[in-house]
Amino acid sequence: MNDTIVKGLIVPGLPQPLLCPEKNEGWQQLHDGFIAARKEIEAADPDVLVIYSTMWPSILGHQVQALPQPEWVHVDELFHDLGSIHYKFDIDAELAEGVVEAGKARGLQIRTTAYHGFPIDTGSVVALKLLNPDNERKAIILSSNVYSDRAETIVYGKALLDALKAQGKTAAVISVMTLSNRLHTEFIEPEDDHIHSAKDDEWNRKLLEFLAEGRLEDCAQLSRNIQKQIRVHKVVNFKSLWWMSAVMGAHNRYEGEVYAYAPLYGTGGAVVSLTPSEVGAGEREFDEADVEVYTGERNVLAGTKTRSEGPAPGPGSDVEETLT
Amino acid sequence: MSKKGRIVAGALAPHPPHLIYAENPPQNEAKSEGGWEMLRWGYERLHRELPWDEIDAIIVHSPHWQTYVGTHLLGVPHFKGKSVDPIFPHLFRYNYELDVDVELSKAIHDAGKEAGLQMKMMTNPDYRVDYGTIISCHLANPKWNKPIVAISSERSNAYYNVDVMQERARALGEATRKAVEASGKNVLLLSSNSLSHRHFVTEGELPEDMSKEHITSHMLYLWDMELIKMMKAGRTREMIDVMPEFTANAIAETDAGSLTWMMSTMGYPTYPAEVYAYGSIIGTGNAIVGWHEDPNHPVRKVAQ
Repeated sequence: MNDTIVKGLIVPGLPQPLLCPEKNEGWQQLHDGFIAARKEIEAADPDVLVIYSTMWPSILGHQVQALPQPEWVHVDELFHDLGSIHYKFDIDAELAEGVVEAGKARGLQIRTTAYHGFPIDTGSVVALKLLNPDNERKAIILSSNVYSDRAETIVYGKALLDALKAQGKTAAVISVMTLSNRLHTEFIEPEDDHIHSAKDDEWNRKLLEFLAEGRLEDCAQLSRNIQKQIRVHKVVNFKSLWWMSAVMGAHNRYEGEVYAYAPLYGTGGAVVSLTPSEVGAGEREFDEADVEVYTGERNVLAGTKTRSEGPAPGPGSDVEETLT
Repeated sequence: MSKKGRIVAGALAPHPPHLIYAENPPQNEAKSEGGWEMLRWGYERLHRELPWDEIDAIIVHSPHWQTYVGTHLLGVPHFKGKSVDPIFPHLFRYNYELDVDVELSKAIHDAGKEAGLQMKMMTNPDYRVDYGTIISCHLANPKWNKPIVAISSERSNAYYNVDVMQERARALGEATRKAVEASGKNVLLLSSNSLSHRHFVTEGELPEDMSKEHITSHMLYLWDMELIKMMKAGRTREMIDVMPEFTANAIAETDAGSLTWMMSTMGYPTYPAEVYAYGSIIGTGNAIVGWHEDPNHPVRKVAQ
């Protein structure tokens, strides 16, 4: 069992559960789900919270928030009419540096960001405000690279685990994500919110069924299907669960709890907790390889020259997997 | 009858923060040794050739104000704040102060609504203006002495496809033109986007090391040139027609709808555009291009 990661959480990043839960029953359920998840964190008592936010895109590799006390008044670029959010967070800069070091050792392009005024994304702000309102615990925030795919994402997760182990810290990992991510394309009244389509709803419910059974790796292995079926293609793939599974352990031995599932302006919002366990759904048959070291992008656009310049792909790497 | 408003010029005005970083204006905290001179000098020439005495306001359409529900416009008269680029924070930490022509913003909002588009005014004074808007406006007019109208990019390309984006951007352009004409104001339009938009995913120790700068791939360069040829030849309708294919093949930032919006607002100019510069920034293709309403502008006189 993974003693480093004491809890995994999936939470949505849109601001309604923080700013106006009372306007819609489902938004209130999500808000209450956050509160229940916060209690789980308190009971598990991790040293640090680690946010992986699908709402913080990066291009130059991966970024890790490392400013010790970022403070700002945040306004969401889409839901600006819901109000402003003042925040001041306590960031574990030491761990952020450790993640960067571990990521570099595993071949990633990765760096810290520590600038006053850096625009921390709405999802990270919402998650930390609701899960850690008084900065009871320090946190770090990790970006989600637009171009990275499975191998790189898994290595990113493992780098976090390396850093936590090296510093002897326990963590709750929090994936800020929606399930289906299709927003309504017209303005709606709060009371009219619903999941954008029946198909999105069915997929969301199936994923939640798996997660409730603790089948994290099964869900992670469905990521490419999830991307095709219920994700608007803003980035190359749906990778939150790859990352989460890489950090927590690529298996299905978790106790799952779905605290809330509700529409968030058309998307599927859910608050789910996963606790490492000796039981759960056990090992399953997985289709995709585990990856230890990222061997670089293959420069599809620029030709194949780079491949011969980098280290040879390991037997379990995505490169080999693609070629065979 | 009151004076009819005019679009005195439109410019393709890309917003990579590298150009501000390279310029070292006092507003930006990050300092450099230069870089990307061809593009920066292109912006300088664009600035010199614009009829600033005539221009009442700048209307900018930005890919980096991404609103997946409707088109939004700034609706607060004055903003002061700090913009930090989320992708390149080491290059762009810019203290801005700007005025908004709220009256014109509201007129475009209303015209868009009347045309059946989803429109919204942004009235939260704490809002941080997006860096695409700030960078394009700074580079086109470093004095910041004209009020702006900032229009968000409704990402219908992500939710539907480029064709739907095109249709909505065209409709928004028509609404913008109608509002400008009714306002009696003379405006400059800015389309704040690169052309091909495949970034490098790594960066050297010195971002401004020009020995490392090149377009990501030759294919993207060829696509960029195809589009620029059409601009130079005044074939803007054809350019918009080919836009879905260009956007898909060149992984282009035209997916935001900014260039389509500008061409539609200008009524698809048939006269040649002045290409001030083309160059790559961290692998992406960027052109600075002006369409001048004045028939006596040199680029138009040469074509006559």
